[in-house]
Amino acid sequence: MVPLEHVIGLSAILFTIGVIGVATRRNLIIVLMSIELMLNAVNLAFVGFNRLHPENLDGQIFVLMVIAVAASEVAVGLGIMISMFRNRDSVDLEEVSLLKW
Amino acid sequence: MTVFSFLFYLFAALAVVSALGMVMNLRNTVAAALSLVVTMISLAAIYVLMEAHLVAAIQIMVYAGAIVVLFLFVVMLLNLRQDTFAPGRQWLVKSAGALAGLLVGAQLVRLLSSPLPELPVLPEGFGGYRMLGISLYTDYVLLVEMASLLLLAAIVGALILAKRKID
Repeated sequence: MVPLEHVIGLSAILFTIGVIGVATRRNLIIVLMSIELMLNAVNLAFVGFNRLHPENLDGQIFVLMVIAVAASEVAVGLGIMISMFRNRDSVDLEEVSLLKW
Repeated sequence: MTVFSFLFYLFAALAVVSALGMVMNLRNTVAAALSLVVTMISLAAIYVLMEAHLVAAIQIMVYAGAIVVLFLFVVMLLNLRQDTFAPGRQWLVKSAGALAGLLVGAQLVRLLSSPLPELPVLPEGFGGYRMLGISLYTDYVLLVEMASLLLLAAIVGALILAKRKID
């Protein structure tokens, strides 16, 4: 088994890539995918720490819950995206700045 | 290096490369979604290596199956194959990259300087459907019910949002 530090390091790297995607991209669908990537990184950390405490499976149950939340988030996010495309004919995040300060 | 750790580093490298390919793909949205599939499947392989078999199966079914297919469906439906929006502000991209690199470097230094405890020996049936199912439907039955409510709310919300006219 590889040391747990490497698993958590992989999780940190994937999470950071997701943060960069959310912060820099303007295409809404890529931003949603980056959010999925961040959730996956968190799942990997959950599974890794569950491997450290194998007497119960709390970490893996949390992973299942995160997957359920991710599925509903994608459904609602893509619904928002479709209605936004219908109204503005674009999925550019720079054009949807009504709630920005 | 054992076969086990070789496989781990192989899939870890694959996951990082395909995640970078997803975020940095500035032309083709479909290719970005397919890179995301590669990341998901590499993570599922890592879950298998860490004895989380049920989680690996669900990762492939729900993430690589359902969620990415939903993404591809919307990309094709709205005809967004061409990604014409390059990141607008270059200084923002550069400073975000520098900050994120600094953060992840600090995390890695912190991780490697204070080692975590050694991994213990696993009990029989760890991560299988039996152990996980028993735990899920006894201790965490309320959590399962809440997840079902959340999914119901998401279905209704997505239907209302995507409807052409609310009557």
